Amino acid sequence: MNEIVSQPQVKKRAPSQPPAAGRRGAREVLERLMHGLFFACGALAVAFVLFISVYLILSGLPAIREIGLWDFLSGREWAPTHQTEPRFGILPFILTSVYGTAGAVAIGVPVGFFTAMFLSKLAPKGVAEVIRTAVDLLAGIPSVVYGLIGMTVLVPAVRTAFGLASGATLLAAVVVLSVMILPSIISVAETALNAVPKEYEEASLALGATRTETWFRVSAPAASSGVATAVVLGIGRAMGEAMAIMMVAGNVANMPGLFRSVRFLTTAIASEMSYAAVGSLQRNALYSIALVLFLFIMLINVILNGFLKKKKEGGRT
Amino acid sequence: MKKSLALCLSAALSLSLLSACGGGNAQQSQAPQTQAPQSEAPQSAAPAALTGTVVTNGSTSMEKVMKALIEGFKAAQPGITVTYEPTGSGSGVEAASNGSADIGLASRGLKDSEKETLTETVVAKDGIAIVVNTRNAVEDLTVEQVAAIARGEITNWKDVGGADEPIAFIGREAGSGTRGAFEELTGTEDECKYSQELTSTGAVITAVSTTPGAVGYASLSSVEESVKALKIGGVAPSEETVLDGSYAIQRPFVFATLTSGTLTDAAKAFYDFALSADAAQLYVAAGVVPSFS
Repeated sequence: MNEIVSQPQVKKRAPSQPPAAGRRGAREVLERLMHGLFFACGALAVAFVLFISVYLILSGLPAIREIGLWDFLSGREWAPTHQTEPRFGILPFILTSVYGTAGAVAIGVPVGFFTAMFLSKLAPKGVAEVIRTAVDLLAGIPSVVYGLIGMTVLVPAVRTAFGLASGATLLAAVVVLSVMILPSIISVAETALNAVPKEYEEASLALGATRTETWFRVSAPAASSGVATAVVLGIGRAMGEAMAIMMVAGNVANMPGLFRSVRFLTTAIASEMSYAAVGSLQRNALYSIALVLFLFIMLINVILNGFLKKKKEGGRT
Repeated sequence: MKKSLALCLSAALSLSLLSACGGGNAQQSQAPQTQAPQSEAPQSAAPAALTGTVVTNGSTSMEKVMKALIEGFKAAQPGITVTYEPTGSGSGVEAASNGSADIGLASRGLKDSEKETLTETVVAKDGIAIVVNTRNAVEDLTVEQVAAIARGEITNWKDVGGADEPIAFIGREAGSGTRGAFEELTGTEDECKYSQELTSTGAVITAVSTTPGAVGYASLSSVEESVKALKIGGVAPSEETVLDGSYAIQRPFVFATLTSGTLTDAAKAFYDFALSADAAQLYVAAGVVPSFS
């Protein structure tokens, strides 16, 4: 196929070349060249991952070595610019990231799952189309816009609703995160639910189960690995988000509490990097936080891959 | 067609690169030649085009001001390179006194011991306004009250004459110059209990304007209509009260120079520029009040 299409082009481009043998040589060279190019592009992605990993490990380790791994991970106080005794404990950030992500998943997954169920099984075509478009648009909104609206609408609302001095709290961050992870949960879960063979559901209905019973007892278990993938994707997104929560969480290095101002792993790096002096322990410690975050995300990706593999195997049997 | 175009372009690029390199070399090689005779006769009035390097070193809080000055100076004297190293006021004063910097930068007044060898020139003053929500009834606080609020010792506005409303103290992230100045001037270093730490002055202003019980700090020039700047000890923050020293939460930006030595012509030109009418606007743009008019 390709040869037939490409032959006239070669003729056009190089009319002065000697016939047959020479032309084939040129084409082979071109073919090789293109293969090389494709390989180089593929290798580039690997190179970036390797470079980032190595860079993070190299720049993250010195501070950990200086502070001590245990003190760094379990220290409850973060005061990098304290004049007499600076402290570098990131337990507040780790716990905040874990709690915040857990909270976002606790709200986002049920809502997302039910939305997916509605779209897949119940919604009339027109309505489903509208919702799907809205969800796609939701996914396209930049995180800074989420942050801006969170800051000007959600934070004051949280403050008045709970009678706080300041509404910039973990709760506000959890709400923003749960909205942000909705689109990926909905689309992945819907795909999984759509893939459930119709026969399963028809059999269930024929046995006298109601529609709701069928969806929850038959469709949902059949799509469980897909839904699990959706959850892990949501966790990954929530864990890595920085901009939006930086604008609503208050950024104080407190131990996490629903109504306290908190700082996540991501925002800890983002908020202090611009002023930390080059070569200072503060800056190096920020790299170490990045390393910890990187390991967290890696772990989540490994789990995600595990689910995806399972899903593939499950599909075959 | 395309090939010849690409060739032309790359030729043009490499030519411009070459010429850029040449220009740099010319400047560098000229610098020592012109500087040597000039340091022997430092009184010669600034000629049209000077060359050389001015080394400045010191206060991190002056970064914005120095960047503005350096940029403005570059337009006036393109032949002079001014370097700025943000190392801290202490190191800046040290560098000026041991001669490793032409001009030391300090965001505090020089101590008496430092004044024995150094001359202090206040180029600008940095006032920090304490801002509250416009609906807040409180108009006036003392420095001690501000410090107590920052430390979390006063947590309700009714304790300082306001409504029964919890106080939310909003500030900047660790390492910010404004935060450093505020904590230093109120004596609350490392003791502040923040309810929000935001990464820009604009974010602080926005948060204060949307939170009824909020109090925050911002450099004087960034204060706008959406928030209310409190009087401190009865003095409202303004350029005048910062300049005459009656507004308490302020600090000077100082050029420290050796009293015994003379500045190189390049350094003198920069020093004069920093005190010229042209530079006054640069200070205002950088958020501080020039010490002269």
